Amino acid sequence: MSVGRVIRISGPLVVAENMLGALMYEMVEVGEDRLIGEINRIDGDKAYIQVYESTSGLRPGEPVYRTGTPLSVELGPGLLTQIFDGIQRPLPIIAGLTNSIFVKRGVKTSSLPREKKWYFKPRKELVGQKVSEGTIIGEVAETSIITHKVMVPPGIRGTLKSIVSEGEYTIDDVIAEVDGETGRTEVKMYHRWPARFPRPFHEKLEPTEPLITGVRILDTLFPLAKGGTAAIPGPFGSGKTVTLHSLAKWSDANVVVYVGCGERGNEMTEVLEKFPEYTDPWTGKPLMERTILIANTSNMPVAAREASIYVGITMAEYYRDMGYNVLLVADSTSRWAEALREIGGRLGEMPAEEGFPSYLASRIAEFYERAGRVIAKGDPSRVGSVTVVGAVSPPGGDFTEPVVMHTRRFIKVFWALDASLAYSRHYPAINWLMSYSGYIDTVSQWWSEKVGKDWLKLREKAMNILLREDSLREIVRLMGTEGLSEQDKAVLLIAKIIKDGFLKQHAYDKIDAFSAPRKQYLLLKAIINIYQKILEIINAGKATVAIIEEEMQPLFSELIRARYTIPNEQAELIQKLEDKIIDRLAFIAAR
Amino acid sequence: MSYAESLGKKIVTSLTGIKGPLIFVKGASGVAFDEVVEIELYNGEKRRGRVLEVFRDLAVVQVFEGTTGISLTGTKVRFLGKTFELPVSESMLGRIFNALGEPVDGGPPVVGEEWRDVNGEPLNPAVRAYPNDFIQTGISAIDGMNTLVRGQKLPIFSGSGLPHNMLAAQIAKQATVRGEAEGFAVVFAAIGIKFEEAVFFKKFFEKTGALSRTAMFFTLANDPPMLRLLTPRTALTLAEYLAYERDMHVLAILTDMSNYAEALREISAAREEVPGRQGYPGYMYSDLATIYERAGRVRNKKGSITQMPILTMPNDDITHPIPDLTGYITEGQIVLDRRLYNMGIYPPINVLMSLSRLMKEGIGPGKTREDHANVSDQLYAAYSKAQEVRGLAMIIGEESLTSRDKRYLRFAEAFETRFLNQGVNENRSIEKTLDIAWEVLSLLPEEELTSIKPEYITKYYKKKGA
Ligand SMILES: Nc1ncnc2c1ncn2[C@@H]1O[C@H](COP(=O)(O)OP(=O)(O)O)[C@@H](O)[C@H]1O
Ligand SMILES: [Mg+2]
Repeated sequence: MSVGRVIRISGPLVVAENMLGALMYEMVEVGEDRLIGEINRIDGDKAYIQVYESTSGLRPGEPVYRTGTPLSVELGPGLLTQIFDGIQRPLPIIAGLTNSIFVKRGVKTSSLPREKKWYFKPRKELVGQKVSEGTIIGEVAETSIITHKVMVPPGIRGTLKSIVSEGEYTIDDVIAEVDGETGRTEVKMYHRWPARFPRPFHEKLEPTEPLITGVRILDTLFPLAKGGTAAIPGPFGSGKTVTLHSLAKWSDANVVVYVGCGERGNEMTEVLEKFPEYTDPWTGKPLMERTILIANTSNMPVAAREASIYVGITMAEYYRDMGYNVLLVADSTSRWAEALREIGGRLGEMPAEEGFPSYLASRIAEFYERAGRVIAKGDPSRVGSVTVVGAVSPPGGDFTEPVVMHTRRFIKVFWALDASLAYSRHYPAINWLMSYSGYIDTVSQWWSEKVGKDWLKLREKAMNILLREDSLREIVRLMGTEGLSEQDKAVLLIAKIIKDGFLKQHAYDKIDAFSAPRKQYLLLKAIINIYQKILEIINAGKATVAIIEEEMQPLFSELIRARYTIPNEQAELIQKLEDKIIDRLAFIAAR
Repeated sequence: MSYAESLGKKIVTSLTGIKGPLIFVKGASGVAFDEVVEIELYNGEKRRGRVLEVFRDLAVVQVFEGTTGISLTGTKVRFLGKTFELPVSESMLGRIFNALGEPVDGGPPVVGEEWRDVNGEPLNPAVRAYPNDFIQTGISAIDGMNTLVRGQKLPIFSGSGLPHNMLAAQIAKQATVRGEAEGFAVVFAAIGIKFEEAVFFKKFFEKTGALSRTAMFFTLANDPPMLRLLTPRTALTLAEYLAYERDMHVLAILTDMSNYAEALREISAAREEVPGRQGYPGYMYSDLATIYERAGRVRNKKGSITQMPILTMPNDDITHPIPDLTGYITEGQIVLDRRLYNMGIYPPINVLMSLSRLMKEGIGPGKTREDHANVSDQLYAAYSKAQEVRGLAMIIGEESLTSRDKRYLRFAEAFETRFLNQGVNENRSIEKTLDIAWEVLSLLPEEELTSIKPEYITKYYKKKGA
């Protein structure tokens, strides 16, 4: 391939000439330092290149080398537990290679470990059989949680000519040969896939199961489904990152891909330092063993930030294809959109709303479209899913700005964070009036079968109390509590208990942080049953809400504290507490 | 860099245009992006700048000191063949510099132990160490409810006329990590501030004896915008050297970042870039991040950089792009409040809007006290509830409130006058801060304290009459 020549440099944008034949989205190496870049516009023999590293010191006349391939992700064992930058360079290895605390430019290293030996178990029975893309030909225990399924890479089909016997191999070793129409292909434990293209699957299915997160307001009020999509928008400090961390820690996904896209360095460090200490509540193993981190922090080059989202979702799809339920969280999609805006601006594209390029909406749509529950290709038949949750960081917390607006069109769950809840330290600061979930009916069957028959009804009751409370608050704000009926006062009382004792959840409290479905259910049931009892008493004129409140305060406090005093394993104690409270109410009524 | 070094470098004399802080230079082959240039005016005056863009032999150069007095003819531009580097050394402590790192205190030039690119490089997220050493500032609203830790970036969001300078100075004076003898080295960047303000800090550091471990970088309000963009970068370049090569704990105070943002807007406008919100460029978030993210701790290194940027919110509006983008990058914010200030409360910290994101790792048994986290949560919950009650009292009158609500009013008042309020020289220990917190929380009925574990209530709650 011919070598191009740099003619223009403007920040991360480099224009090179003598690039005839270059491909759109082809990776190139720019300058003597061979900085990594990607072609994103071609004009005659000129190619416009976004460079993923700082271009400081680059000069016109320096060479541009083509690679002939688009931005690709190395997929194979060794992804889990690793932290990569936005273009899949392993950051700890870069630190070691450069012996520097800073990310240096032009560092080249392979994404996956080359020398590491993996114990490969082949599916010997496949020799002589027809295989095609996605067919599992063997497996490797990648971590103590995840068995890595080695699949025939996309685009390959034919007869399995040979496969190595059980033993230790590196990813560069040939482990199988496939005879196809165009000849023999060697298969290794890894392959490369272009990040910007969705990986193939056999068939897309509707999500059916909830993704349990252990966060009560999410699971009970605004549930997410495995293979679904959610957005969590909110101003700074409202709890986007903490919520995403909770999801990454506690949700019942098999694999978690955490993309730190243009956010803080310390938030990645927190995951790196804390996850190895936590155990996955579902497997009892260290959390890191199911986690992949992608870190392109706010101070790292903006072009790689744009790429990081695609690199992350490609990895997620890869584990989906093995038959796993994968959760991808992206913090924050706004920074990714801003990277698009910055790159578009440098290319001189016509800006649409707020300077964002006109294709913003379609890029957002394409991204969320890569979520889903699918039947994977190849044998044996298996179902996997990618659930996508994206944080959105609107300027000034304004939900009418373009990224929030467009995102809403393509997601089914909306967790709206609210600054005023955050100011009063009501965490998670998810506004129950503005949030919604399109999966309530989808997941209610699971809840009623596995946890409690009346789940849907309890949820509805709780929502109604909260809705009613909101309109009552408006009245109280104008006129005080004087004019309220006893029934209304009961609503206010119970709404307070729901808010303080159920919706509030402390992400850093040992007991409160993760609430098992059973505990969520029992807590909600207790609160609703108590409400019914109170209604019964006041309707019969046996006591007033004021009296009940006065006398019951210590017990109500105990109920409010139950979320962090009663651990999941002893959830049945909630039932006991409920009985105690109901008895006490009955006693008051009987006087 | 020294001027002597520029000798022998390529000199170009053909300027094709001048616009705002930019000059357009032709015939400069082999010029590097971001390269530093020296501009010699017809009268021999020398200025510096950097290459913003190159297109074949055409270079766009941003002149640090501004283009006033530059003419298309008679100007010589020397390309120095490298990016802007600062000589750094420990001996810079105790000295005062301009934005380019040149001494302006009449002292000798700096002999650099090392030269460093002022733009810095991104810290590798994999080598960071999570900040978790409690810094006692002696200020209750901060230590008790918005705890600062070593390596954090925690800005002060202020308004014009509010006492942010006093507060920053008090923090710089009082900040200690308990059990450690060695204090902080201070790197102070004055970004486009008024002369009196700069003098205030200088005098303060002199008076408190801190000057010998303080390096100050000054650009004043009348300096050109480019210098304002450089100041925090030169300051942080020294900070990084001291922290990571000299094992020091550095406190970097950057004031006023609003002036920085305005300079950024000014230069962006001169470059005719598509403006974002309120005219600030779309890349302001990323640009600010390259400053704020230069704080932290690193594994296997002793030193650290704690950043305290100060900014004034235009019209006290926290949703304005400057505080907004800052808050999206920093690890919390301390918000000053005009209402509290007018009530005579110092420091007038609006705790509800303030936040320290790194607090949780810096507090608790062994660091502060077992009850700290619960107490802080409860103060927040109670004070915000009290705000609601205050609103209600305005409508229905205080006398119509329930007795419980009345206790919230008393709590809020005590919270403001006893907990928040303290003297400019009052340095409270964390125990003292927590004790005052319990005093004011004890104005509320015990059952209201649902954020606090029962065992701490038994231990610390002051029962009436007890
Ligand atoms: N569920 C929670 N439990 C406890 N603290 C929380 C919770 N959610 C948020 N916080 C607090 O709010 C702060 C800001 O949350 P964060 O997720 O970082 O906000 P954002 O990402 O929206 O800027 C955290 O540092 C933490 O102190
Ligand atoms: Mg965040």
